[in-house]
Amino acid sequence: MDNLRELYQQVILDHNKNPRNFRFMEDFTVKADGHNPLCGDKLQLFIKIDGDYISDISFMGSGCAISKASASIMTEELKGKSIADAEKLFKNFRNMITSGEITSDDIGKLEVLTGVHKYPSRVKCALLAWHTLKNILDQNDTTTTTE
Amino acid sequence: MGMNNMFDLYNIRSNFPIFNQPDLPPLVFLDNASTTQKPTQVLEAVNQFYCRYNANVHRGIYKIAEQATEAYESVRDKVAEFIGTADRRNIVFTKSTTESINLVAYSWARKFLKTGDEILVTEMEHHSNLVPWQLAAQHTGATLKYIPLNKSGSLDMSSPERYFTKNTKLVAISHQSNVLGTINSVKEIIGYARDVGAKTLIDGAQFVPHSKLDVQNLDCDFYVFSGHKMMGPTGVGILYGKADMLETMDPFLGGGDMILSVTMEKAIWNDIPYKFEAGTPNIAQVIGLGAAIDFMKNMNIDSIDSQVRMLTSTAVSRLREIKGLTVLGHENGIDSTSVISFFHKDIHPHDIAHLLDTFGISVRAGHHCAQPVMDKYDLSASVRVSFYVYNTIDEIEQLISGLQKTMEYFR
Ligand SMILES: Cc1ncc(COP(=O)(O)O)c(C=O)c1O
Repeated sequence: MDNLRELYQQVILDHNKNPRNFRFMEDFTVKADGHNPLCGDKLQLFIKIDGDYISDISFMGSGCAISKASASIMTEELKGKSIADAEKLFKNFRNMITSGEITSDDIGKLEVLTGVHKYPSRVKCALLAWHTLKNILDQNDTTTTTE
Repeated sequence: MGMNNMFDLYNIRSNFPIFNQPDLPPLVFLDNASTTQKPTQVLEAVNQFYCRYNANVHRGIYKIAEQATEAYESVRDKVAEFIGTADRRNIVFTKSTTESINLVAYSWARKFLKTGDEILVTEMEHHSNLVPWQLAAQHTGATLKYIPLNKSGSLDMSSPERYFTKNTKLVAISHQSNVLGTINSVKEIIGYARDVGAKTLIDGAQFVPHSKLDVQNLDCDFYVFSGHKMMGPTGVGILYGKADMLETMDPFLGGGDMILSVTMEKAIWNDIPYKFEAGTPNIAQVIGLGAAIDFMKNMNIDSIDSQVRMLTSTAVSRLREIKGLTVLGHENGIDSTSVISFFHKDIHPHDIAHLLDTFGISVRAGHHCAQPVMDKYDLSASVRVSFYVYNTIDEIEQLISGLQKTMEYFR
């Protein structure tokens, strides 16, 4: 069970069970679909932008505990942040999830996902919401895949 | 119980090095529909070839080249006998089931199909028995039709006249589903196909590893399967084709070994089956497949069948006892074995497979290269367990207890 805890931390299990900002948004500024063809997970991300700031963010969809928790924590971390900070966080998170190393102090609660880097097949799950975000930031309103 | 004792006596697991590694925790391998483990006899046959008579086939006039050719060709006879044909020219070695299907799609379908013709598949197919036909249809202008799947796990054969028409030119169906474990009534389907003059291809990738096949009795035009799913090495697939079909087809790949004579302008094809085996084949792997067939024959294919059925029915009932878990298919009256897919109402298949892996149990999670089947059940993914002759009742109990722990963990 020990190596289980490393991946499925309590916080992850909690976000899986009670995902935050898990709702449809009517007055979104942008939205995008994400898809992981490997496991069929689908995700919809909604963002409301006020000036340079993310004033609201939410998601919908089905996915494994890792992808759901990653999306849930992402929305918590990004709400109220500037677009530029969101870009930065995306880079730092991607770096952490692929290398297992935390090189920046803005990673916040996302740290619970560090264990994922040891499981290459799960890295895609953790990145699904983030790639969808990146797609929105790049103003590229098509379906994202993690392949 | 009797069957179980027999296999305990035979002590089948002792033949598989992967199950006997004292430095590692025991491997509970329940992903046999994907590929099977290899017994020492197979590994040894491959090793012997490389260590003692490694040479190319059909070329050299020296001793070990003849030995290699003889070993390679004797597997053709073995396969022919194993699947019930007396004619060794019916057996083409390919790289996989996938390649066998593509060979027919290119060399037969693209040559003979035209606009207005219909290719009939089913909603149950592995992508490898679907995508090559989609491509062939695009290329020739033929249309692709399919026999739908019932949620109970069987094909909807209630109105065959809707699917088998005078335009149907090819019927390509799996003998057994790699998601549901359902064995299709291929004999009946081949009958319908023959009535409308359509050719038939049966994908036996899942069926052949544990069941007696008699192609003569089925009377299909093509039958395909993979060696690696029946304890043989990877890299060998089989294409059975009726001789008159193979004769009319163009080669799939061009190169050495598949020609009788070549000038700068043209080549004259070699006889079947060599016309379809361009270049140096997977010699060692074919020889390994021969050893796998011997191993299966020694165990007796009917005993393999009953052992796998016993494991499957035990697992289906045990899984159905678990609250929140739903098994796809395997309903009463449907012939099904070896493969079981299921899902849990709250826990994602990926998470289930991951937790089971931490308990040392290998299962598959995903769409199993059969997305239309998943769509039928409104699922994006399922967990799949699949058995082979070396699995045990004790492993099923480990699976059940692993699932219970998983549910506890995600509660
Ligand atoms: C029913 C079926 N058809 C075809 C295939 C493809 O076999 P291969 O990957 O050996 O070509 C598989 C393998 O999973 C299968 O289960």
